Amino acid sequence: MGMVASFQRVIAVFMKELVQMRRDRLTFAMMFGIPIVQLILFGYAINTDPKRLPAALLAEENTPIVRTLATALETSDYYRIILQTDDPRESSDLLARGEVAFVVSIPSGFTRGLIRGERPQILIEADASDPSASSGAIGQASSILNQALRHELTGQLAHLQSSPSPFDLVVHSKYNPEGITSYNIVPGLLGVILTMTLVMITGMAMTREAERGTMENLLAMPAAPSEVMIGKIMPYVGVGAAQTLVILIAADVLFGVPFAGSLWLLLLGVTIFVIANLAIGFTFSTVAQSQMQAMQLTFFFFLPSLLLSGFMFPFRGMPYWAQVIGEAFPLTHFLRLVRGVMLKDTSFAQLQAPLLAMTLFTAIVMTIALLRYRRTLD
Amino acid sequence: MSADLAIDVRGLVKKFGKKTAVNGVDIAMPRGQVWGFLGPNGSGKTTTIRMICGLLRATEGEGKTLGYDIRRDANEIKLRTGYMTQKFSFWTDMTIRENIEFVARLYRLEDSRLRVDETLEKLGLTDRQHQLAGDLSGGWKQRMALAAVTMHRPRLLLLDEPTAGVDPQARRDFWDEIHHLSLEGMTVLVSTHYMDEAERCDRIVYLANGQKVAEGTVPEIITRSGLVTFRGEGQGVRRLAERLKGRPGLDHVAYFGSALHVSGGNAAIIQSAIADEAAHDVEWNEVRPSLEDAFIAMMAEAGQDNRVHS
Ligand SMILES: Nc1ncnc2c1ncn2[C@@H]1O[C@H](COP(=O)(O)OP(=O)(O)OP(=O)(O)O)[C@@H](O)[C@H]1O
Ligand SMILES: [Mg+2]
Repeated sequence: MGMVASFQRVIAVFMKELVQMRRDRLTFAMMFGIPIVQLILFGYAINTDPKRLPAALLAEENTPIVRTLATALETSDYYRIILQTDDPRESSDLLARGEVAFVVSIPSGFTRGLIRGERPQILIEADASDPSASSGAIGQASSILNQALRHELTGQLAHLQSSPSPFDLVVHSKYNPEGITSYNIVPGLLGVILTMTLVMITGMAMTREAERGTMENLLAMPAAPSEVMIGKIMPYVGVGAAQTLVILIAADVLFGVPFAGSLWLLLLGVTIFVIANLAIGFTFSTVAQSQMQAMQLTFFFFLPSLLLSGFMFPFRGMPYWAQVIGEAFPLTHFLRLVRGVMLKDTSFAQLQAPLLAMTLFTAIVMTIALLRYRRTLD
Repeated sequence: MSADLAIDVRGLVKKFGKKTAVNGVDIAMPRGQVWGFLGPNGSGKTTTIRMICGLLRATEGEGKTLGYDIRRDANEIKLRTGYMTQKFSFWTDMTIRENIEFVARLYRLEDSRLRVDETLEKLGLTDRQHQLAGDLSGGWKQRMALAAVTMHRPRLLLLDEPTAGVDPQARRDFWDEIHHLSLEGMTVLVSTHYMDEAERCDRIVYLANGQKVAEGTVPEIITRSGLVTFRGEGQGVRRLAERLKGRPGLDHVAYFGSALHVSGGNAAIIQSAIADEAAHDVEWNEVRPSLEDAFIAMMAEAGQDNRVHS
């Protein structure tokens, strides 16, 4: 008897939850949306052994053998040569901006030296600021190149095939020579933590007013939408600044992450990035009906940010479509900036692209927020 | 359109999806008066008030509040009106003082510190100014809200059921304050369900089902209803009520305190009905119909109970 009564009450609560769940469309959508996004991202976009990483070929001579080596790298699936040049400034600029992961240098006189059996050098400079991205390709470099030469060195030159290999491969890991992972992770964490906390906090900003019924009062008083938005965002710019300070100190004291570049440039980037996140959070809060929904939207934004920005997995190792989506997140651009400044001493001129991208993102999102802001209770 | 109208709206319609909440309401309210806004639950009082102060966009209709267009000049209207919402909508996680200060700053009041101090003093909340607004009792919340929405000396005050859930003494005090504000030159529109409050208004507007069904002074409305009311007092009224209800010619039979009011359009019919149910322990007298009698009759005349429960 008692059991039956209890069970009936359980059913009553169960039915009530079902009804409420059905009413809350956004939550319902998220329950399916989040797993699907996760599946696609983990299943397709993420690649822990990245292939087809962009590389620049700095070739000071252009002989058939050099062309063979270039083709071999290209067809190996590990390298994708996006630029061939004889100007070292051009190639190292690409490396500094992070547009290529490698610069493969073949000096002039390479072919002649090779034929004479002098074991000339091939230099691979790798961007080791993200150690996991470059290691696979570097490991394969020697065998790819040797393989290619084996086909080329026939007849009179066949004797060169004997080991040791006919050239001397020198790998130069730049920006993080020891390949310490935390050097890459900790600056990235700055971006991740700022995204997570700031989007969430401002996501609640308007929803809380709506949920508690104070929205009506706020709307009845003379404050323009932009005034409310800026007023609500401002305190969290301070929060973002405090978080940045804590993380930078921890990066130095706890992890010994070097700081190669300009602090001012970093602060400029952080400021734009913080505002971008606050703006997206505010926009969410004009969309969400409840604080719960604001949380879910935050998560829905945060998850792909984390996975597609190059924080968890090498950006250049993702399929092209995933990179395109990744470009839409401010975290992607912030990571380039923060890693560039801290590890590579990248200059302002070289960081214009990420700065512009984050500014553009902020402008678009703020416009949406202001358009969505309800001036009336309708 | 007259310049001395505080509210001058015509044909206001508000639809929420398919539902029509307000259906063609006209209000022309002169400055300086106190008007009552009555009507059953869901009749559209709150919705109308929100359209008047620019918080909701009217689906149809037009008009001016304090001379400003309700569609285009919502900001001007907001600067000059005080709107007290039906549900307490101040910040419960801020102290009384913090709430008042916030309002003072939003309206950019001069000497805001002084004004805040004054307001708290007048309210009698100086001692409790650092208490959270959410911890105030219902009556005090309403008083605080009134103080907050009048701090910028609005020319028009819109009060949406300001005394719901407030004890009788506090209600009286609240109304004294409303009359005081009116003497200072504010125009006040108050929605209420209390008849005694309605009787304190210069004029009342009665809504039912989103439409204005009556407007006038209290005596006008009572006279216009054409009602005759008999009041029965004594031990036996309880017994009689059931039997009288539903008899033809009796528009309504309702308790008024412990007495029974029987109203209808024709005195002779009522008298004969009472005579039929003659009882030695009930004494009948003809009385002036009350406003409540008039409203109940008006609703009955509209053919149905128009209340919308939501
Ligand atoms: N935002 C809204 N969305 C949908 N329907 C609404 C909305 N606001 C009000 N309504 C409906 O409009 C009608 C009028 O509501 P309103 O709140 O104006 O009535 P009221 O006269 O103030 O009632 P009460 O005396 O209970 O406060 C009701 O049926 C209500 O359900
Ligand atoms: Mg109402």
